[in-house]
Amino acid sequence: MNQRNGVSVELTNLTRVYGTMKALDGMTLHMEPGEMVALLGPSGCGKTTALRILAGLDEPTSGSVSVDGQDLTQVPANKRDMGMVFQAYSLFPHLTVRDNVAFGLKLRGVDTAARRARADDMLDLVGLAVHADKFAHQLSGGQQQRVALARALAIEPSVLLLDEPLSALDAKVRVQLRDEIRRVQTEVGTTTLFVTHDQEEALAVADRVGVMSQGKLEQLASPEVLYAEPATPFVAEFVGLNNRVPTTVNDGVAMVFGVPLAALPGSNAQGVAMVRPETVQVIADSAGAARIASVAFLGPISRVHVTQPDGSIVIAQLASSLARQFRAGDAVRLGVDSAPVLVV
Amino acid sequence: MSATSTGPTGWKRALGLVPFAAFFFLPLYAMADFSTRTIQGLGRTLNGWRNLIADPQIYAAILTSLGLAALTVTLMLMLLVPTMIWVRLRAPWATRIIEFLCLLPLTIPALVIVVGMRDVYLWVVWIFGESALTLSFVYTILVLPYAYRAIDGALSSIDVKTLSEAARSLGAGWGTTIARIVVPNIWSGILSAAFISIAVVLGEYTIASLAGYQNLQVVIVTIGKADGMTAVAASLATLLFGFVLLLTLSVLTRGRSQTLTPEPLDGSHS
Repeated sequence: MNQRNGVSVELTNLTRVYGTMKALDGMTLHMEPGEMVALLGPSGCGKTTALRILAGLDEPTSGSVSVDGQDLTQVPANKRDMGMVFQAYSLFPHLTVRDNVAFGLKLRGVDTAARRARADDMLDLVGLAVHADKFAHQLSGGQQQRVALARALAIEPSVLLLDEPLSALDAKVRVQLRDEIRRVQTEVGTTTLFVTHDQEEALAVADRVGVMSQGKLEQLASPEVLYAEPATPFVAEFVGLNNRVPTTVNDGVAMVFGVPLAALPGSNAQGVAMVRPETVQVIADSAGAARIASVAFLGPISRVHVTQPDGSIVIAQLASSLARQFRAGDAVRLGVDSAPVLVV
Repeated sequence: MSATSTGPTGWKRALGLVPFAAFFFLPLYAMADFSTRTIQGLGRTLNGWRNLIADPQIYAAILTSLGLAALTVTLMLMLLVPTMIWVRLRAPWATRIIEFLCLLPLTIPALVIVVGMRDVYLWVVWIFGESALTLSFVYTILVLPYAYRAIDGALSSIDVKTLSEAARSLGAGWGTTIARIVVPNIWSGILSAAFISIAVVLGEYTIASLAGYQNLQVVIVTIGKADGMTAVAASLATLLFGFVLLLTLSVLTRGRSQTLTPEPLDGSHS
């Protein structure tokens, strides 16, 4: 298969207003060539609107869309050279799987033999070559979405757009297809925008994740940075689990469970530190003031719920081999890994 | 051989159908019998049937009615299919308005339509000349309720918006999207709309008669006063043609629905 270098994508100050509702509020996003960016956020945050504007299926109220420096804001969807996989099953019911994949090539005037060869290559890429002569209704949901991915890639799009393509699938298929999307995207090197409300999905597949809230991009960073160093309270609360531990910040240092931690930029002088469960340490100590409330076994890890003297609950995520020693009512004290925290 | 076809339930069902079959087929048999009688009532003749082609008045009326049917179907499809697709895609707020307008002809008596259209038809005649084929304009309105229901049902069975967006993202313009993606997937609805419209037009008498045009039904009534056999032969031929159309529709739509109906699979089967 031909490798294709990705293109850069620039969404600049995008605003989209529907009546009185602002779906996008000055969103700006830059994507590097070949990069996969996931837009993550709750329903109604504007992530799908941003993707549809990039696809040309919606128009911004203001702002611009450019690809490799070329302004596409006024270019219709069918002239944008972008492949898209939709949340709803979108295979053309009257065409076979092969004809679905070849549809975009046919529109581009590719001759029959080349079209067929390319379609078969794409179906091979997603592992569905044996189903080429079937119709959409003869495939499962996961297979249909893989065909949709092959169809979107067959035209060698400059940008690949994935609009929650996994949300209609069950958990097991979702994970399989998620990994497959990442493999295929890495293989073809197409710049990809992936919209999802599932944080695990976003963190697993994307080079960078953009967290959106109320039409704005709150933070755009690599999954690791996003998780460890949330830039805003919304990101800290939306991505992953957090303990909210009251603290004060002095000279950039917050005291959490008696341990001095660096406060992340944007922290308040006084408030609650957002502490990840996996950074919390639980130490058996008969003189400790905290008590084990319960231990939830989750296979390789366990969640230990600890009651503090003031009655608040702290959740620690420990390896199950460590958590096994604790029983409800055990006296313990809490510690925390030395990682920066956001105080909100 | 399956038990279902030989079991008592199958026989009972078949027996139950006999009265209904008799109800429908006895009049047809009587028409066929009457249309092949001689005037003296002795022996059989196919003169009534030959007259359908040999009698220039009937032949012209048949051609007029077939022409009206073809024009009506063409106008109806040109008007309704793009409008309904566009409303689904770009103006869903107009759905109720379009539905109301399309169903309105059902509630208006033919006489009121003719009187109401008189002024409009002064223009129609001025532009297109005084031809019975101009009835196709008013027939297009007359068939809207039936055609709307057929096409609306077909459009509801597919996700027009997603399929259109998928086609556009692959490089299809609006024309290509409608012609190559939407229309093939609502083909059964379009066929239903077309065939039902043909049946309505071939059976229409009131408007043509009141407007003073000679379509097949008007001529059948006129000839029936002098030559009952030929009139009944023409009526029976019209009915049989309608049956053939509906049977064809049934066969075609069954074939397509077998291709397009999804099997109940979920995402776990990949």
